[in-house]
Formats: sequence, structure tokens, C-alpha cells
Amino acid sequence: MIRWLNRQKTEFLSFISSAGAIFAMFWQAIRWTSISPLRKREIIDQMNKIGVMSCPIVSLTAIFTGMVLALQSAYSLRSFQAEMYVSGLVAVAMARELGPVLTALAVAGRVGASITAELGTMKVTEQIDALETLATNPVSYLVTPRLLAGIIMLPVLTMYSNILGIIGGYLVGVFKLGISSDMYMRMTWKTLLFKDVYTGLIKSLFFGIIIIVVGCYQGFKTSGGAEGVGKATTISVVTSFILIIAADCLFTALFYFVF
Amino acid sequence: MIEIKNLSKSFHSHKVLDQLNLTIQTGETMVVIGRSGVGKTVLLKNIIGLLKPDSGQVLIDGQDITKLEDKELDKIRLKFGMLFQGSALFDSLTVRENVGFSLREHTRQTDEQVDQRVKEALDLVGLAGIETLMPAELSGGMKKRVGLARAICMRPDITLYDEPTTGVDPIMAAATNELITKLHDRLKITAIAVTHDMTSAYKIADRIAMLYNGKIIAIGTPQQIKKTTDPVVHQFITGEAWGPITRNKSFYVKD
Repeated sequence: MIRWLNRQKTEFLSFISSAGAIFAMFWQAIRWTSISPLRKREIIDQMNKIGVMSCPIVSLTAIFTGMVLALQSAYSLRSFQAEMYVSGLVAVAMARELGPVLTALAVAGRVGASITAELGTMKVTEQIDALETLATNPVSYLVTPRLLAGIIMLPVLTMYSNILGIIGGYLVGVFKLGISSDMYMRMTWKTLLFKDVYTGLIKSLFFGIIIIVVGCYQGFKTSGGAEGVGKATTISVVTSFILIIAADCLFTALFYFVF
Repeated sequence: MIEIKNLSKSFHSHKVLDQLNLTIQTGETMVVIGRSGVGKTVLLKNIIGLLKPDSGQVLIDGQDITKLEDKELDKIRLKFGMLFQGSALFDSLTVRENVGFSLREHTRQTDEQVDQRVKEALDLVGLAGIETLMPAELSGGMKKRVGLARAICMRPDITLYDEPTTGVDPIMAAATNELITKLHDRLKITAIAVTHDMTSAYKIADRIAMLYNGKIIAIGTPQQIKKTTDPVVHQFITGEAWGPITRNKSFYVKD
């Protein structure tokens, strides 16, 4: 029993210390934006890797989610003869919840994993040490551009995902459920409020921070060669997923009570 | 001058460096020899501030770098060039970008000036014309030489070599030794190399120091080290399997 308690205590302390280290890395990365000039080339390169190259997976996820959402809600609304409300439901669900969360999960799987693998390999092959010997701060060179790119691109991808989700719902609503195109769009605009969109975008901005900082932190912490890189990548994706879901719950509650 | 005073460094409960003392004069090439895992790289990483010692001082021209903040440490690091054991070239950058990295980061030179300096550094290591290649396209020996070009591109006062001849064939090892000697003669820089390759050590060293059990147990010119009567140093430099270093260590395969 005492041994079990000691183990729990050690794990709890290690969790607290990791959380502290992740926050410290985030703060350091933000601080570097004011210390040294922005590395525009790296930021644009990362915006391409994080944002543009994630478009295919985000597109597929969003369109199919929009279609599924329309079909599932039509199934329930049919009993009340209220199928025309499908459009509003799809738009609100996409903007408030599914757009930000599914985009974040897709990006965490694609980009978070790739960041950890890249930085982890740099760590085990001494490239991060080499950066330091060349008098360049690794956080400033590696983390700050990725963080800024993530903060910019996650909301952009989420907006893109919202639009595609609505298009997915539209395809089902118009071509399968027989709602007229005009009515579908009118009901969408009538139901969807501006705050639905911006609360979702605020969430996505924080999800972007989570994905990039966790990915970079796990990469910097990697040790032990190829096996270590594999382990770090798995931990990075799992941690990001958990933190995204937890943060989503927190923000949803916050927005529900505040707005 | 580099002075290392009472330097200690442990990892968990394992004491790697134990009250180590060593002085390297300006302009000399000091080679630190010792078995794999004895702490040679740890010593180099302490000298350039990649690791913080548990106690002790590392004085670079009289300034203790163990007490410096990151920004001040970076200024000192600009005096250094370091060649890593695995070269540690940045995978995502071309040879040109790797070699000219420091110049781009820390000077206001134009692209043409940087390219000229990169070309000079690559010429010096005998690799002219490979500026556009990626590290993945280079052989192990070429990577070492590009790593060397990157280390000297800022014209440092001090260069650190971590196992400069490990992982390359004997001919490339001899060429690397000659290159280090040539660079030393031409640029008059202070150099510290760590290696367990005695051929390399004899070839490039002004003085050789042997690291054993966390301390420097012998120091002298290559001639003095060759004539040593210390049984530990003697076993290491002659490469005998049985002796005081391996006593009580059962790594033999029995017949």
C-alpha cells in the first residue's frame, strides 16, 4: 500500500513537473518573439507544413462529418417533421464543437507527431546541441516559428473545416433529404450566430498552442535513439489528444456560462 | 587559455567527472584520451556550456562560463567551433546553409559575402563545389569534413573535436588528422580533441591528457606519453586487453 502510494506520489510529481516544463517552454517561445527578430522564412515554411499540407485530411474529415451529422440529425428530427432544422444544427455543431475539435485532433495526429519525430531525431543526433554551440537558442529557432505558425493556422484550418462541414451537410440536406438549396442556406444563416464561430476559433487557437508546445516539448525531451523517438512521438500524440479534449470541455463550459 | 578547476559532474548516482583539473594554453592542441564512456564528451560539453557542472569552474580567458546567463554564454560560444562525433549537420539545410549558419545568424554579412566564406571553408576541408547537396547525400567522411567547415567558418579562437576520426575509414581518418593539423598551423587556434584513437592523438596533439575514473591521471607531450611508466596509461595506449583498467572486469570470451 505504502509502495503504491509512493508510486502515485512520484507520478503526480512527475506530471506536475512536466506541466510546468511545458508551460515554461510556451512562455520562453513567446518571450523570444520580442527578443529577436521574427524568422519570417521559417514561419512561412511552418505555416505551409502545419496548415496547407493538413488541408487534405481536414477536408475529408470535415466533409464526412458534415454529411454524417446531417444524416444522424435527420434521423432524429424526422419524428418531429423538422428535417429543415438539419442545416442549422450542422452549422452550429460544426462551428462550436466539431470543426475546432476534429481539426485539432487531425492536426495533432499529423503535425504534432511529425514535430516530435523531427525534433526528437535532432535531439538524439546532437543537432540541438549543435545549434547551442552555434550560439543559437533552440527554442527561438525551432519552437517559436512553429508556435506562431500553429497559432495562425489552426483557426484558419478550423474556419476551412467549418465551411466544408456545412457543404457536407448541404449535400446531404439538398440531394438526400430534399430540402431546397435556398431554404438550406437561409436556415443556416438564420441559426448560426457570430459568437458560435468566434468561440470555436478561440478554442482552436488554444488547441494549436497545445499541439505545438506538446510536440516540441516531447521532441526536446527525447533520448535513447530510434526507439526513444518512437516513444516520444506516441506520448506526444496521446498527450495532445487528452489535453485537447480536456481543454475543449473547459472552454465549452466557460463559453456556456459566460456568453 | 582554458582552465578547468575541480570540475565534477554526475548523472544520477554515477560520478563521471570527479574534481578534474586541466589547463590548455592558448594556441596548443590538447588531446584528451580515455576509454569509451569515461566522460570525454561530457568534459567537452562542460567546456562549451552544453552541460552545467555540479561543482567546479571552467575559465575561458579568465571568465567562468559556469556562472553565465544564456545570453552571455552565447557570446562566449561565438569564440568556439565544435565538431560533433556524428557531425550533427542540420538535416533540413543544404551544405551551404549548414556551413554558413553562424554567419547568417550572428553577422550582417550579405548573401554573397556569406557564400564566399562558405566556399573558403569548404575549400579548406577539400570539399569545394558541394554547397547545394543535402547532408543525406554525403558519405560519413564528407559529413565530418562539412562539420569541420561549419566549426571553422566563424574563424573561432577555440575548436573542440569530439572523436574526429571515429566512424571513418583509416585513409579518411589520416586525412582528417592532417586537416586538423593543417587548420591548427594555418589558423593558430586553440584546440581540444577527445578520442580513443591513439594514431590520431599522436598525430595532432601538442599535449595528451588521459582521463580515467573522472580525473586526468597523466598529461604530457606525445613522446612523454609513449614512454609512460604508469600501468593504466600504458595499457590504454598499447591497447592491451588485460591490465589494471580491465582488472576485475570479465569481458573475455572463454575458450
